[in-house]
Amino acid sequence: MSPVVKRKRKKFSIPSKYLLLILTGVCVSLMAITFFTEYSPATINRLAGYIIVPFQEGVSRVGTWISIRVDELGELRIVLQENQELKQQIADLTVENTQLQQDKYELNNLRELYQLDTQYSGYDKVGARVIARDSGNWFHAFTIDKGTDDGLTLDMNVIAGGGLVGRIVDIGPNWAKVNAVINDDSNVSGMVLASSDILMVTGSLELMQDGVIGFEQLIDSKEQVELGDKVVTSNISDKYLPSILIGYISEINQDANNITKSGTITPAVDFEHIEEVLVILKTKQQVGKE
Amino acid sequence: MKRNIILFFVIFVSFILQTTVFQTLSFGGISPNLLIIVTASYGFMFDKKYGMAVGFICGFLMDIFYGNGVLGFYALIYLYIGAANGAFHQIFYQDDIKLPLALITASDFVYSFVCYVLLFLLRGRFSIGYYFRSVILPEIVYTILVTVFLYPCILFLNRNVEDIERGDNSIGKKI
Repeated sequence: MSPVVKRKRKKFSIPSKYLLLILTGVCVSLMAITFFTEYSPATINRLAGYIIVPFQEGVSRVGTWISIRVDELGELRIVLQENQELKQQIADLTVENTQLQQDKYELNNLRELYQLDTQYSGYDKVGARVIARDSGNWFHAFTIDKGTDDGLTLDMNVIAGGGLVGRIVDIGPNWAKVNAVINDDSNVSGMVLASSDILMVTGSLELMQDGVIGFEQLIDSKEQVELGDKVVTSNISDKYLPSILIGYISEINQDANNITKSGTITPAVDFEHIEEVLVILKTKQQVGKE
Repeated sequence: MKRNIILFFVIFVSFILQTTVFQTLSFGGISPNLLIIVTASYGFMFDKKYGMAVGFICGFLMDIFYGNGVLGFYALIYLYIGAANGAFHQIFYQDDIKLPLALITASDFVYSFVCYVLLFLLRGRFSIGYYFRSVILPEIVYTILVTVFLYPCILFLNRNVEDIERGDNSIGKKI
């Protein structure tokens, strides 16, 4: 019991309420910075990409492998393959069909009048695999396994099975986040192919359960638009390349103001089962400059 | 130290499972919220500070990958959920599963509700009944279901750690 007991230095620690305050401040300032400025956290994205993405890739690859094996057990291999081929064929034909219709439309209207070049035909595309999905239940964004290292940039359009999936909204060296057009916070300017009426395609969580997307602000004074009409991306959108198929009109309602119409579109893409997508290696801004 | 390594391991695995495996195991498009389970569990198992740190990390991960263009939004929500759960540390007993279940349920509800209010209600999506029925409630039920299996694992991992830490340091510490 000597009085010269060496007192151990107390470990430095912050009271929890101050820690809470500090972290709240950090969050709020981060939000302010990312919201009000164009700052994008490239280093954090890079770091996260190298740590998390390889595991997501691995796990989802294993998951895909297992699910494929299970499928094979359940069904006949030939049937599966045939189905795959037919689906591929449908996708190809849909693309071709849309392209042809669009070509015809362009020929009739634009090229004759303005003798425009075929500036949008034949985009370069690159395939990518979906490796992870949004962890929450409110939005339906997903992550693909290609990023800036593969020549991708922000705002590139993503398609699958002949239809528009969405666009890249966030990117790292080996991953990119795609915001789907069915997402509740997504708005795409679209156009009815047959009558070239402009409309606004807005994703909605409520409609997503029924597998449709909503549209609004359709001004159809001549009553030309019918059920089953094709809706493609319009040429006035600043993020989406024109004439990519979005879907088919499945419901039209007159709005209360008697001027515009709204309704629903059945998307061309099966958003529930997206596994592989194609990224168009050109953004609208680049196409416009050429 | 060991506790921290396990902590990062748990967060890491939960995030990866949540974004990959549980998305394919989703029922009707709804998947469980593992990060809430982790945040809440660490909150009431250790203390406020731990809950806050875990919540902040989990939320920040969400922000990086699935934030809606804003960094720090989910981090803030998870931070407060972690802190709130930390307040219940004093009445937490390891053998009692009722409190964890109740707290995780409450946390998930608060999280979903805040998400609804801030991300949907403020944009004019008023049909709260619909969102409650088809998103919030299923998510809570599924999360609770997963909690029943996941929570004992987290508890088990940390129980062992606590034993070891106590064994190593008991000489130097006051009795």
